[in-house]
Amino acid sequence: MLFGFEWDTSSELAFAWSILPILLIGLWVTVQATVLGFVVALVLGLILAVLKGAPSRLISWPANVLCEFIRDTPLLIQLFFLYYVLPEYGLVLPAFMTGALALGLQYSAYTSEVYRAGLQAIGRDQREAARALNFPSAHTFTHVLLPQAIPRIIPAMGNYLVSIMKDVPVLSVVTVLEMLNVAKIIGDRTFDYMVPLSMVGGLYLIMTLVASAGVRLLDTRLPKQGLPLK
Amino acid sequence: MAWTEYLTPLLQGAWVTVQLTVYSTIFGAILSFAFGIGKLSPNWLIKAVSVGYIEIFRGTSLLVQLFWLYFALPVAGQAVGLDLRLPPVVAGVLALSLNIGAYGAEVVRGAIQAVQKSQYEAARALNFTPRQALFGVALPQAIPEMMPPFGNLAVQNLKDTALVSLISLGDLAFRAEQLRNFTQDSTTIFTLVLFMYFGMALVLTAIMKLLERFVGRWRHASN
Amino acid sequence: MTDPIIKFDKVGKSYGSLKVLDGLDFEVKRGEKVTIIGPSGSGKSTVLRVLMTLETINDGVVYVGNEPLWHEQRNGTLVPAGEEHLRKMRRQLGMVFQQFNLFPHMTVRRNIAEAPVKVLGLSRQDANQRADELLEMVGLADQAHKYPHQLSGGQQQRVGIARALAMRPKVMLFDEPTSALDPELVGEVLNVIARLASEHDLTMLLVTHEMRFAREVSDRVCFFDKGQMKEQGTPDELFTAPKEQRTRDFLKAVLNG
Repeated sequence: MLFGFEWDTSSELAFAWSILPILLIGLWVTVQATVLGFVVALVLGLILAVLKGAPSRLISWPANVLCEFIRDTPLLIQLFFLYYVLPEYGLVLPAFMTGALALGLQYSAYTSEVYRAGLQAIGRDQREAARALNFPSAHTFTHVLLPQAIPRIIPAMGNYLVSIMKDVPVLSVVTVLEMLNVAKIIGDRTFDYMVPLSMVGGLYLIMTLVASAGVRLLDTRLPKQGLPLK
Repeated sequence: MAWTEYLTPLLQGAWVTVQLTVYSTIFGAILSFAFGIGKLSPNWLIKAVSVGYIEIFRGTSLLVQLFWLYFALPVAGQAVGLDLRLPPVVAGVLALSLNIGAYGAEVVRGAIQAVQKSQYEAARALNFTPRQALFGVALPQAIPEMMPPFGNLAVQNLKDTALVSLISLGDLAFRAEQLRNFTQDSTTIFTLVLFMYFGMALVLTAIMKLLERFVGRWRHASN
Repeated sequence: MTDPIIKFDKVGKSYGSLKVLDGLDFEVKRGEKVTIIGPSGSGKSTVLRVLMTLETINDGVVYVGNEPLWHEQRNGTLVPAGEEHLRKMRRQLGMVFQQFNLFPHMTVRRNIAEAPVKVLGLSRQDANQRADELLEMVGLADQAHKYPHQLSGGQQQRVGIARALAMRPKVMLFDEPTSALDPELVGEVLNVIARLASEHDLTMLLVTHEMRFAREVSDRVCFFDKGQMKEQGTPDELFTAPKEQRTRDFLKAVLNG
C-alpha cells in the first residue's frame, strides 16, 4: 500500500491498473518539480547571461567560468552538494525545494546560453540600424532586440523544459517521491519491478512526446520575423 | 581526516568513472552511426526500428532506463525462463550507451542530411552507388560537422555516469557518498568531487577538440 | 553514323503546373558539339540534368545511343528503368557542374581517381596515373595534392572537367561551367573546353551564357524557350541571322547587356 492505495497482484494487468493512481501521484510531483526547476533555470539563467555579457572582464570572466563549471559537473553531485552543504550554513530547505533548486542551477548554465544566442542572432545589422536611427539603447532593446529574440528563445527553452522533466528522477536520491521513486518503492515491496518501471517509461514517453509536439507547434506559430508590437 | 586522505578513495572512484565514460562513449558512438544512418534508410523496417530506438531512449529518462535494465529486465527474464540479471557495470554501460547513442543518432542523421544535395548529384553523375555516395562522399564531410555536438554529448555522458552510483557501482559519485556517510564532511568532499568532475570534463573536451581537428584536417590544409 | 547519340522524343517534365520541358524534340549527333542558349527557366539546364539522370521525366522518351535512358524494354513495352539500367546508361555520360561540386574532403588527385577506382574497378595506381595525365591536360599537374578549397574557382572547374573525363564518357555535359567564376578566371576554363572540343571526337553538350565562346566551339547552337527548342542552326546562322523574333530579342538582350 502506498498513498492509501492498495495494489492487486492477481494479474499483471490488474496490478498495472491498481498502481496507476499511485504513479500518477508521483507524476504530479514530477510535473511540479519540472515547472519549479524551469522557473529557477529561467531566472538564474537570465542573471548569468547578464553577468556573462557584462562590459567589465572582472564580472564576465568569473561568470563564464562559473557557467562552464555548472555545465560540466553532474546534476547528482550538485544536488548532493546543496542537500548536504546548505544546511551546514543554516539554510535548511525541504528536499523537494533543494531538488528544484539543483535542477534550476544545472539548467541555468544552458538557459543563459539561450538568452545570449537569442540576442546575438539578431546581430550587428539590427543594432547598427537602430543606432543609425538614433534610437536610445533602452528603446533598441525593448522594441528592436527583444521582439526578435523572444521567438528564437522560446522553442529552445521549451526543449530544456523537456530535458528538466527527464532529469527529475535524479531527485529520488534525496527522497523526493517523484514518479520513478514511487515505481521503485512499489517494485521493492512487490518484487515486480517490470510493471511499474515499464509504466514509468511509457508515461515518460507520452509526456515528452506531447511536450515536444507542443514546442514544435509553438515554434511554427511564432512569427520568425519577430513579435508584432502593439 | 585531512582532505588529502579523501584523495585515494576518490581517485579510485574517478578511475571507474573514466572507464565508464570511455566505454559508453565508444559504444554510444557506434549506436549513433548505426541508428542515425538507419533512420535515413529507404528500407522501412530499418527506418522504423531506428526511429523507435531514438524516440524511446530520448523520450524517457536515463535513470528510468538504468533502473529498467537493472531491476525490471531480470523480472522479465524470469518470466520467460532466462537469467537476465546484469552485473551493475554491464547495466550501467548499456544504459549510458543506449541513452547517449539515441541523442548521437540524431546528430549523425542531421549532419548527413546537411551535406549539400550537389554532392550527392556529383556522386550520382560519377555513377557511385548510393552506399558509396554515403560512405565515400557524405559521411567524410558530415563527420567533422558532428564533432562539436559529439563533444557536448561526451561531456553529458561523463556527467551521466554519476547516476550509475545508484545501482551501487563504485564510481566517483558512489565513493563520495560513501565517504560522506563515514565522515560527514560534506563540504570538503563534494567540493573536491565537483572539481574532479570539472577537471575530467575539461580533459574530455580537449580530447574531443583534438579529434575534431583530426577528422576535419582536410579543412585546415593551407597553401 | 548519322544516328543521333542523344534524342529527346516529345519529352515533358513539369514541377506542379510549371512545365520545364514541353514536348521537347531534340537530337545530338555523335561527335557533335552543341550549345544550348536561352533565358533562365527555358529548360536548358534541365536537358542536361535529365540526361545525367539527376532529374526524372514525366512524358516522352529520351534515347542515349539508341537505347531509352529512363525506360527499359520489357515484353515489347517501355517501362520505367530500374537503378541497374540507369547505372549502365550513366556510364556514357559525364557532367561538369556550375558550382564544380568537387568533393571537399579529397585531394585534387583523389577527386579524379576515386570514381575510376570505386566504379570502374581500376587499381589505385592506374587511376592515379589517369588522374595525373588529365591534370597535365588541364594544366594543373602541380596541384595534385591540394584540396579543392586551396584552388581558385577556375582551377576547381578544370579539376571538375578532369574528374568527369576520367570516367571516359562518350558524351560530356557542361552545365554553365563558367557562370560561378570571377570574370578573370573564365578564360582558363573555356580554353580547356575549347581544346577538348578541337582535339577529341567527344560529343559535347554545353549550356552557357558565353556567346562568343559558343560561336567558336559549337557545330550547332540551339535556342530554347519555355521548354521547347525554338530555333537551331550553325553559329553563323543563329547569331547573325536569327529567324525567330524571340531569338532576336534574347540575343539583343544578352549581347548588349
